[in-house]
Amino acid sequence: MCSLALFPPPLPSGQTTLCESNNELPLSLFFPRESLKLHCRTESSSKAAFLDHSETLWMRSAAAWRDGGFTGLLDEITNSNTEVPKWLSVSSGCTLALLRWFSSFHGSLFPHLTMSSEDMLAEFSQVLNWSDCVVRAFAWHPHTDKFAVALLDDSIKIYNPKSATTPTLKHRLQRSVAAVQWKPLCATALAVACQNCLLVWHVDPCSLSTRPSSGCAQVLSHPGHSPITSIAWSPSGSLLVSASPMDTAMMVWDVASESGVPLQRVGGGGVTFLSWSPDGSHVLASTPSALFRVWETRMWTCERWPCVKGRCQSGCWSPDGSRLLFTVQGETVIYALTFTDTPGYLSHVGGEIQSLAWDPTGERLAVLLKGLSHIFLSADRPAIIAVFKTRTNPIFELLPCGFVQGEPGTEPRLMQFHPNFQHGALLTVCWSSGRITHMPFYFLSAGAQRSLALKARNLRFL
Amino acid sequence: ETRTTFNRGPQRSFECMWRDMGNAVASIAWAVLLLPPITAVFVIISRFSLLHPIQAVSECLSFLTSASAIFSFILLCGVIIMVGFLNLEYYTVIPTIACSKIALLGQLLHPRQFVNSLGHCIMGIIVAWCCAITVGGRYETIADPCAQGDGSPQMCLNEYHLILLLAGAFVGFSHSLLGVIYNMNYVSFHTVQQYKYLRFKGSLSLVLKCSATQALYSVRNYIVVYFFLGKWSLSVHPLDSIAGLLDLSLLYHLWISASFLLFTWHLTLLLFRVFVTEVYSFPVQSSFTEDAHQCLPTVLTDKQPMILKFLALLDLALLSQHSPSRRSEVFSLSQPGGHPHNWNAISKECLSLLADLTQRLIAYHDTVATNGRAKSLSTGSERKTSSESSGMFPRPTLLMKTPASVFARSIVGCPQSPLTAPFTPDLDSPFASPALRRLTAPMDQCSPWFGTVQSPHIMRRVPKLWSTSTGEKSQALFADSQAHIWALEGLSYLVQSSFSEDQFGVVQTALPSILSCMLGLQEAVDRHFKLPHASSKPVRSASSMGDSTHKTLRFALRATLKTSIYRITTTFGNHLNAVKMSAEHRKRLQQFLEYKE
Repeated sequence: MCSLALFPPPLPSGQTTLCESNNELPLSLFFPRESLKLHCRTESSSKAAFLDHSETLWMRSAAAWRDGGFTGLLDEITNSNTEVPKWLSVSSGCTLALLRWFSSFHGSLFPHLTMSSEDMLAEFSQVLNWSDCVVRAFAWHPHTDKFAVALLDDSIKIYNPKSATTPTLKHRLQRSVAAVQWKPLCATALAVACQNCLLVWHVDPCSLSTRPSSGCAQVLSHPGHSPITSIAWSPSGSLLVSASPMDTAMMVWDVASESGVPLQRVGGGGVTFLSWSPDGSHVLASTPSALFRVWETRMWTCERWPCVKGRCQSGCWSPDGSRLLFTVQGETVIYALTFTDTPGYLSHVGGEIQSLAWDPTGERLAVLLKGLSHIFLSADRPAIIAVFKTRTNPIFELLPCGFVQGEPGTEPRLMQFHPNFQHGALLTVCWSSGRITHMPFYFLSAGAQRSLALKARNLRFL
Repeated sequence: ETRTTFNRGPQRSFECMWRDMGNAVASIAWAVLLLPPITAVFVIISRFSLLHPIQAVSECLSFLTSASAIFSFILLCGVIIMVGFLNLEYYTVIPTIACSKIALLGQLLHPRQFVNSLGHCIMGIIVAWCCAITVGGRYETIADPCAQGDGSPQMCLNEYHLILLLAGAFVGFSHSLLGVIYNMNYVSFHTVQQYKYLRFKGSLSLVLKCSATQALYSVRNYIVVYFFLGKWSLSVHPLDSIAGLLDLSLLYHLWISASFLLFTWHLTLLLFRVFVTEVYSFPVQSSFTEDAHQCLPTVLTDKQPMILKFLALLDLALLSQHSPSRRSEVFSLSQPGGHPHNWNAISKECLSLLADLTQRLIAYHDTVATNGRAKSLSTGSERKTSSESSGMFPRPTLLMKTPASVFARSIVGCPQSPLTAPFTPDLDSPFASPALRRLTAPMDQCSPWFGTVQSPHIMRRVPKLWSTSTGEKSQALFADSQAHIWALEGLSYLVQSSFSEDQFGVVQTALPSILSCMLGLQEAVDRHFKLPHASSKPVRSASSMGDSTHKTLRFALRATLKTSIYRITTTFGNHLNAVKMSAEHRKRLQQFLEYKE
């Protein structure tokens, strides 16, 4: 049992956490909100800027079919009742009413289906307050020191300390980016979860171009599979899974051949968040209902895990893939789940949790807390990151380590650990101000300690 | 101490045949089991009327228990079994890619294909007859009583019955033709492994959609054909007029029957594909010598049948990724003797597969390059020796510069490569009749249009008929690349896990050759993708039963190759600097070590 009460109190306001042992890393980025050119109006609203122009019924019907699908067509026919036969307009009106009744019934079962896709992305994203975020997604490359940043203006920038060029990726279909992830065992491929499709960019690290053409992006889409809120590459780099809260099927993509296999399971009403275990054996898939699934990736069968209270908000895997930590919306608890005989574990944290991140050595767990309502913190306290030490031997335990706090007036929105930091762990945090900072934690991991001890013993024998 | 090998020809093929047959029979049995519910649904749909629902249901029930229904159901079962055996006879795991229109025509006019089409026509007529019985009413009999001019009763032709029967023949025939055009006999393996039931369930809606659409198009074409050709003098109600054919109820029944026909056939095909591509786990080694021929290393090295080789490669890719205990058997040493026979056999076979592809790509690239060069040379040399030169075509002497030896190897050396066997790679399977084999064998060898790599003078001389698209040539080059993809995955995963699991260092000795083989292939693939059209993506057609996986195999191979090299470089890191290799390969490897590829 571990609680925030055991933590040293957070720094007084005005002080910023630097790192665990007071060192700092030079790389820090800042994207002021003003510097981004935003879309001032969405495409559908630009209709108002043009004069109304009367078209034939066929043209209008075709346009309605294209824009609004079957319901759009029915709507158009019902509205133009002066031009069509009466029986047609009446029957289409009845069909429309029936469809609406059915969808409202369906929507009452799964309330998220009535949301707009922007709202849905904001609701299910791992990023805190996604719609207002300057940095909407962030991804370290799994093997090198480069990273990709998706910004509020729907562009993606790639930073590489070894290269002077900073490629900016823009695509017609790249809207409302919810997640980005680099393909493992590959230097070039970056998957981007967009509002209507999935893009896989191929950015040549040796190229000097700062604006790769949209021909460098593969577009993967499947009917009904949008908006995409979460993606995950298999650690072996061969498959990509994507999830949409609107689609009960999770898509497994073979990116090179652009073919996808939908893995359909009824119940849950969609898939919101995915996380592939580092050993590649399991995938966590949470749904908008109080239910999540754990898929095994060999024959793609799943276990159902119903939750008591709310949906699974976030989850992360231990480096060996044996233990899954997850949090449930509306609860202030971190649950641990194992797939062997060892017992599970739960730990109360003092606040509601937005996301979890476990460093690749398995020694530090960063928890992004939404807002704290604890005894020694005032209720309007902004979001904060709490860091735990994790211990697996002899029993699994979370031990308090400290808080990560930014400049005054800013709150953390998004965090990720560097996948191969040599001296411990490196936590990258994107702040509400648009700043990205890197927070090193210097420690010797248990494995390194063991090898050091072994070396020392060998030296003694020499 | 060398293991006893394997004098096992007839026994072996017999066992393979039984395995194949077992799967096929199981799939056919399932298709027959699914037939009663499908037929019941068809009966209800074809007989249902909105105005008298209760009467229609009771009619359906009484029909389903009648003798004619049971007889037609038995006929349908027979057709399904026949379709299942045709699937087994004609399937292939390496697609046949026609590189030009003339090659496609050649495939369509092939005697083997003719037998197939004829079979489908006859089965179509049988199914249509069953449909006519089922729908009943005016479709039921072929002859109707009609009054002649002098008032005497006589039997006349019932054209409603005939039109349905001919529709069955037409749909069966067009199904068989579309099967060639869309490569429907090609069985592809999925990247995502799933249990049979789940795979079947996942594809069911697609099959239904495909059948309904294909039936719609077939009926449309059939109506057009019938309008021009359907003149029967003995008919009571002549239907070859626009008014006669635009009978909505007739069109509906034609469409429903065609959909039913195609759905049952497609379902049989789907079940066959699901069963035949099911993962099979081969033992890595056996303690009994008489079982040695069933072990993975032996099955891998066998040439025939292709499906078994593919399943073995798939099993290798899966075991190398998922199964530590089976990997340890691969890395183990023989008792007595201490030789890594398993690893040697597996790595040798994988490397030879990859080397074969590399050779094929280099040869193809050289032809393309020489082609261009020969052209420029011929224009240059024409002035000197114009007496011999035959117009614009390059002379044979110049063509000698094409590396004929390379081609000889790639064409003659590997009879199973898709270059020479674009037709029916399973011709040597135990099911192919000797007569068919005799018919097709000479054709495969000597007909110029079946080879994908054509000698340039043939291409020049008849540019219109023989014009080929580079994209399709590229597809044909990589037609069997699924095997290479598994070989790459299997090797790279084994090398990766050898870092921690290989106790005796058996993999280390092969590391230089594995790396150089992969890097060589990488170079060849890179060069290939620089050719025009090689990297252009094919148009996807989702709503067809044909499998279009083969169109993207080259992209999958390229991605897998890179990932495999990265898998090795990330595991071994700078240790690889100690591996001996050529300077060019070292340079390429360095790119991978720095994550710049």
